[in-house]
Amino acid sequence: MKTFDYVRPATIAEAIAAATQPGASYLAAGTNLIDLMKGSVLRPDRLVDVTRLPGLDSIDHLDDGAVRIGALVRNADLAYDPAFASRFPSVAEALLSGASAQLRNAATAGGNLLQRTRCAYFYDPASACNKRSPGAGCDAHGGETRSHAILGWSEACIATHPSDFCVPLAALGAIVEIEGAGGRREVPLEALHRLPGQAPDRDTVLEAGELIVGIRLPSEAAAFAPHARYVKVRDRTSYAFAVVSAAAHLRMDGGRIGEARIALGGVAHKPWRAVEAEAALAGAAPGREAYTRAAEAALAAARPSGDNAFKIELARRIIVRSLTLAAAGTPDRMPALPASPFSIPAGVAFHG
Amino acid sequence: MSLTIALTVNGVGHEVALDDPRVTLLDLLRERLDLPGTKKGCDRGQCGACTILLDGRRVNSCLALAISHDGAEIVTIEGLAVDDALHPVQAAFIGCDGFQCGFCTPGQIMSAVGLIQEGHAGDDPERVREGMSGNLCRCGAYAGITDAVIEAQRALGHAGRKHAA
Repeated sequence: MKTFDYVRPATIAEAIAAATQPGASYLAAGTNLIDLMKGSVLRPDRLVDVTRLPGLDSIDHLDDGAVRIGALVRNADLAYDPAFASRFPSVAEALLSGASAQLRNAATAGGNLLQRTRCAYFYDPASACNKRSPGAGCDAHGGETRSHAILGWSEACIATHPSDFCVPLAALGAIVEIEGAGGRREVPLEALHRLPGQAPDRDTVLEAGELIVGIRLPSEAAAFAPHARYVKVRDRTSYAFAVVSAAAHLRMDGGRIGEARIALGGVAHKPWRAVEAEAALAGAAPGREAYTRAAEAALAAARPSGDNAFKIELARRIIVRSLTLAAAGTPDRMPALPASPFSIPAGVAFHG
Repeated sequence: MSLTIALTVNGVGHEVALDDPRVTLLDLLRERLDLPGTKKGCDRGQCGACTILLDGRRVNSCLALAISHDGAEIVTIEGLAVDDALHPVQAAFIGCDGFQCGFCTPGQIMSAVGLIQEGHAGDDPERVREGMSGNLCRCGAYAGITDAVIEAQRALGHAGRKHAA
């Protein structure tokens, strides 16, 4: 690991000033950053430790029905907060399907949004990577591409965004609160992460020195709580990144689907909101036919970036399964294996 | 900024002068405080051998910069037993054959102490396995580990105290 200057600002304004200079990086729990620094993937000159900044570690239920998650709230504290989990159960399920208990105890909400891809070529400094070294090329092309993107990728980069947390957040219309030298601004979570295009070194739209201070879920997102699930297929039952995941939410209106909210994880450079699938379900009768139609719509533009055509069909099936589970109802208690396809509630067929 | 930090480790206060901001809590415990019970396995947050309780929560000490944890309270495997009396989790790992070579065991035991305190698993073996999935055991003693966690939880009177949301 390259050495660095360490600063611990007392205020957000000091933090922004310290982080605006080139080579600076924010440090929260460090569960991803320290790993990347140990591998010399990232070599910051200065770490700006934000963990002592005041006012960023609470979960606030606001008067308008929205909930605000401070950027320093730990993943485990959010997932196990009863008031939060009852209103946003798919977010809790996604959080608990990610990483390990140790990492969830440390990792922060803001840091989760800013975690880097797990593309092995990004992690290997001996490989060419446009995300790590702009213009260097991409050794993932023609390499081991089983886990790479099937939507929105470019010749420059086929990496995926690894977050589980971001998937239901994208579906539910979360808003990211950002502080910077120019003041405060808000960006929909869906617009925080970029598609790679010709500049895959830029994961997000954040400018130098900008700091995520909170994430807000709007009041209307809680209307999906009775029918909200996250399903994640991974290579191990626990403690593995998604091969493909889906967050599915239904607001039932009589016997029909009033509104659907769907997003996919593990398929693109960003959490992928499936608006075409949502449109296909609005007003439809719940059932396999409608879910299949939605899945076809969601993957219509998908194409393999290598040896990963299977992910297109897998994503279709995960959409159908997550909608089937969401329609069956959010379970009263978190499944023993959160988001696992092996957690089958009573009354839902295994191949439903 | 001074690179001297204060830590309470297993109930004992320490002032440690860091000559380098890169020192992790894992390396500080092992190399500076002569507490080598916490193991360095992968050193990348993947194996759980370095698990400690940091301000009461189980975390991977290999990914925590010491400089960022000035003022923290830490419990390591060396802090569990009281004189010659093993902690109930330690006793349960022996009683249930919860290890073979022993390298991962300090991390397994600290993770189990954290899991029991968190109280989300109850006595459901599947929830225990899920809750312990951040600790790898290359000898494959998982069946004994799961039994030990449930046995220790019973001994501590935590079983079913609290359930996941």
